[in-house]
Amino acid sequence: MNLIAVALGVAAALAGAAVLAAVVLPARLRVVAVGVLSALLGTAGLLAGGAALAGGSFAAHLPLVLPLAGVYVSVDALSGLFMAVAGAVVLAASVYGVGYARHAGGGRGAQALWPLFAFSLLLVPAAASVSTLLAAWELMAASSLLLVVSGHRGGGDSVRSAGVWYAVMTHLGLVAILTGLVWLAAAAHSETFAGIRAGAPGLSPVARGGVFVLVLIGFGSKAGMVPLHAWLPRAHPEAPTPVSALMSAAMVNLGVYGLVRVGLDLLGGGARWWWLTVLILGALTAVYGILQAAVASDLKRLLAYSTVENLGLILLGVGAAGVFHASGHDELAALALAAALLHTVTHAAFKTLLFLGAGAVLHATGVRDLDELGGLRARMPVTSGLFALGALGAAALPGGAGFPSEWLLLQSLIHGLAVPGITVVVVLPVAVGAVALSAGLAVATFVKAVGTGFLAKPRSPAAEQAHEAPVSMLAGMSLTALACAGLALLPGAAGPALRRVVTGLLPGSGAAVTEGVAGRLSALGSTLSPLWVVAGTLVLALVLRGLLRMAARTPSRSAPLWDCGAPPLTARMQYTATSFAEPLQRVFDDVLAPESDLDVTPHAESAYLVERVAYSRAVPDRIEHRLYNPVIHTVRRAGLAARALANGSVHRYLGYGFTAVVLLLVVLAAAQ
Amino acid sequence: MSADTVNTASILVSLGQVTLVLIGAPLLAGVMRQVRARLEGREGAGIWQPWRDLRKLLRKTRIVPEGTGPAFRTAPLLAVACTAMAAAAVPLISTRTGLGPGADLIAVVALLTLAAAALALAGLDTGTAFGGMGASREMTITALAEPTILMAVFALGARVGSTNLPQIVAAGVQHGGRLASPASLLAAFALGVVVLAETGRLPVDNPATHLELTMVHEAMVLEYAGPDLALVELGAAMRLTVLLGLWASLFAPWGIATATGPAALALGLGVLAGKLALLAVLLAAGEVFMAKLRLFRVPELLAGSFLLSVLAVTASFFLT
Amino acid sequence: MISLLRKIRGVGRVAEPAPPPPAPLPPPVAQRARALGGSAQVRCVDAGSCNGCEIEIGQAFSPVYDAERYGARVVASPRHADVLLVTGPVTVNMAGPLRSTYEAMAQPRLVVAVGDCAIDCGVFAGGYGVHGPVADVVPVDLQVPGCPPRPEAIVEALRRVTGR
Repeated sequence: MNLIAVALGVAAALAGAAVLAAVVLPARLRVVAVGVLSALLGTAGLLAGGAALAGGSFAAHLPLVLPLAGVYVSVDALSGLFMAVAGAVVLAASVYGVGYARHAGGGRGAQALWPLFAFSLLLVPAAASVSTLLAAWELMAASSLLLVVSGHRGGGDSVRSAGVWYAVMTHLGLVAILTGLVWLAAAAHSETFAGIRAGAPGLSPVARGGVFVLVLIGFGSKAGMVPLHAWLPRAHPEAPTPVSALMSAAMVNLGVYGLVRVGLDLLGGGARWWWLTVLILGALTAVYGILQAAVASDLKRLLAYSTVENLGLILLGVGAAGVFHASGHDELAALALAAALLHTVTHAAFKTLLFLGAGAVLHATGVRDLDELGGLRARMPVTSGLFALGALGAAALPGGAGFPSEWLLLQSLIHGLAVPGITVVVVLPVAVGAVALSAGLAVATFVKAVGTGFLAKPRSPAAEQAHEAPVSMLAGMSLTALACAGLALLPGAAGPALRRVVTGLLPGSGAAVTEGVAGRLSALGSTLSPLWVVAGTLVLALVLRGLLRMAARTPSRSAPLWDCGAPPLTARMQYTATSFAEPLQRVFDDVLAPESDLDVTPHAESAYLVERVAYSRAVPDRIEHRLYNPVIHTVRRAGLAARALANGSVHRYLGYGFTAVVLLLVVLAAAQ
Repeated sequence: MSADTVNTASILVSLGQVTLVLIGAPLLAGVMRQVRARLEGREGAGIWQPWRDLRKLLRKTRIVPEGTGPAFRTAPLLAVACTAMAAAAVPLISTRTGLGPGADLIAVVALLTLAAAALALAGLDTGTAFGGMGASREMTITALAEPTILMAVFALGARVGSTNLPQIVAAGVQHGGRLASPASLLAAFALGVVVLAETGRLPVDNPATHLELTMVHEAMVLEYAGPDLALVELGAAMRLTVLLGLWASLFAPWGIATATGPAALALGLGVLAGKLALLAVLLAAGEVFMAKLRLFRVPELLAGSFLLSVLAVTASFFLT
Repeated sequence: MISLLRKIRGVGRVAEPAPPPPAPLPPPVAQRARALGGSAQVRCVDAGSCNGCEIEIGQAFSPVYDAERYGARVVASPRHADVLLVTGPVTVNMAGPLRSTYEAMAQPRLVVAVGDCAIDCGVFAGGYGVHGPVADVVPVDLQVPGCPPRPEAIVEALRRVTGR
């Protein structure tokens, strides 16, 4: 029997069972049952994806499941990669969620929606027709939306606002995807992906370009592409942590999946300007995302913007792959695509770990603001260590999961200069500069997150009362940490799988990412051995420690911190996350445009005596202000103006109907 | 011509490079201090003074400040280990280093960044205001120097077709004329500014300042004493040595052994010592004429160096 | 820059030739000083002085007297230091900070009291803001008398510590 089919079937059954368990069982049992069943669902997804990556494939047509169109399922290597990633994240987050549900999200509704969301993440990559894709996409959007607003018991302004933003933007994206795919299906005279693939070469360039732009808007918005990213930093922090992890590490990837599937697979590559747009937007997204993360003091908002940055890097890689493919250099395209996909996998690993760690902090302290945290390494040692491992990955330093994939991305861009053409020569150095700037800022951001959040002394009573996370949460984090460590040290193990995905999409490419040694990555003449680098550094550290012990056999004593002789240091005197990021914020003042407000209340008796001073400073999302607010304002004004059309007079409404029918008759007559 | 094999000879070369950098780094610092002293009209303490300082520091008691944790305790060791690993990978004496094909320029840059991040975390771990200040400034400068570094890597790697360090160095040895091309000169200048920024020398940072508000690197390590301080100072000197050695290997690679005979290695060793001594003297002499830049002028300097590296990339296309 | 180069060439060596080596330290102090092995990082604390001694200490490290050639170097933190140079009568407000500076230093450590005020409060003895001489707050290993002491005397004290 086909392993993929079995695994998918088991996953569907488990999803159903989990929903049933959530609705029927009492509270304590419910959480454990849903957690275990969802974890098994994730494992099934991982197995299905893994089998597809190992060379299997599966296709099926279930005519009765959806009315009129039926469900078409097809799993190839590309789907397998995204299914495997989603399955792994579901596994870790479900195990984690068992312990977390006691803090938030343990209600019947939230527990029932979780397996639905998880299953939809497996279904979207497996969809093989337009209607199946759209149905799965909407299931994913609806379940995640409801899960986001289930975040806080009793709601709250920020949760509600996050829900509204997310609902509107995801459905606008759906409309864009719907229009684009329906146009594509109509022009190719077939609804299934196989039919579209066959019919696509016959489309006119206008149709192809139009479809791509619509699909880019829709899938790009899901992937958090600037300027359509505004929902991400609002929705991800407000959701319960397992949901945030699933959204950041599995759901946003599906935007990339859609783009690759439609652009590279169904439309067969396309024009160069499409992919140049994707590359440039990806570069902008990466830089803007990490800049906002660098100045964010809310831990989850920082992680959400870091997701925006990493998705920007992935889109940059996909764009580069498309450009190289359109210029005929398939080997380079394969390298760039492999880099983007590897980064998808490593990002999922470290982002899950980071979000789960942030959730543990929230669970222990009730506080998300880095300016109020600190000193957690003594109170939550395991969580701190695991978070630091995730931060190492996000900063793309040796030993971190993000290092091999960023290296590979840089290699693909460096080798890309072999492609002739003035556009490439201008765009690629800018892209390398953007990757470099985002890498540097990422190091600063995560040193800030770990340093101010976990080290030194607690800055608030909430942080002082922190305690270690429960076992299930630690288990979920440890699973993810193992994946991070594996990807960091043995990235070459993903080589064969990546090669299969890439040759499936770009048949002309050879083995650009060679296999061989798991601890090594090779790319067209350059090699990276993260295992050697990390092992060598650790060996040198141990040797040096031994030498130091021999050379310095001196006693050690403890002493109070050197406070320059002044009265003892308080925790308030430490650098906060805001002060840490202040130099960067000053350097990038023009881009970030921070808003500060100073409110001075003088005494009633005299204007010279000050009673109260209130100072607030925030770094808003500038794109939101400059781009969204005018649009929202215009739409609101148009809506208010349109109210004049409905003044309550029945005669006017009858007149509207009469005019519409007459016009329709005229149009039909003219179209004869 | 490949450095693809990791055999005993290459591992010995790497170990030799690490030992050389470990022993020679304080000597390099001593040479720089002596040159500055003589130019300022002083006698100077002699080139062995940093080694005397280190020896004394190793004999002092170890202090563990209250409230610090593993990040503070392990950072000096980790920083020195990362820099030593970079010294093992960079082709200083010979192109056949112990990492074999894994001696990648991006990996070396990432190792040095990891060392800086470790010290920044140690600065934050102290819980003092100066520690946080030093960490914040250091990370800002590191973040802004990354684009220049990677753009220069781009310029060097694109021409050779690989970011493998032995290949880049060997290409430099073989086609000596290319080193005088505008692209190479621009990249050399840009990377020179980055070396100053990454090692905390004038005009970016004054390593000898006592005014905390002017400190960048020093502020992070105000809390270290005894053997830990010895490691920190050794690490700083090693970082300077490795970065100067990397710069010399990329832009003045003559003398680096491409074969593994003892004569070639001895020549490589001698030439490396000479190059590092010359660079140290020039750097120290230059510092006499420079004042430290205001902190918020440093990004302008780094942006200027980034512009130079972008020009280097464009020049490598249109002026090959 | 050219004018600076010309000045460097024209002025040449400014440092005065090294005077004859000073007398050795008494045994208990000498043992600790020998552990330093020719390198002494110095931290200066002004415990309430009139700044006269500070100026002389500054001159001791200037190019003319060049205390650095004997292995002494001024550092920014007592954690980095071996020698504490204290000037001034210890005022009431500086007694605590002086003590905590001394405590922050890693052993082996020495204290040098520079100037008459540090040794016995000098002209400020009996003042209402004065706590007492340095020896009342931290154990003093070496004294440099004078109001203010000449830079050569300060350099000689540092030479006795470093042994060069």
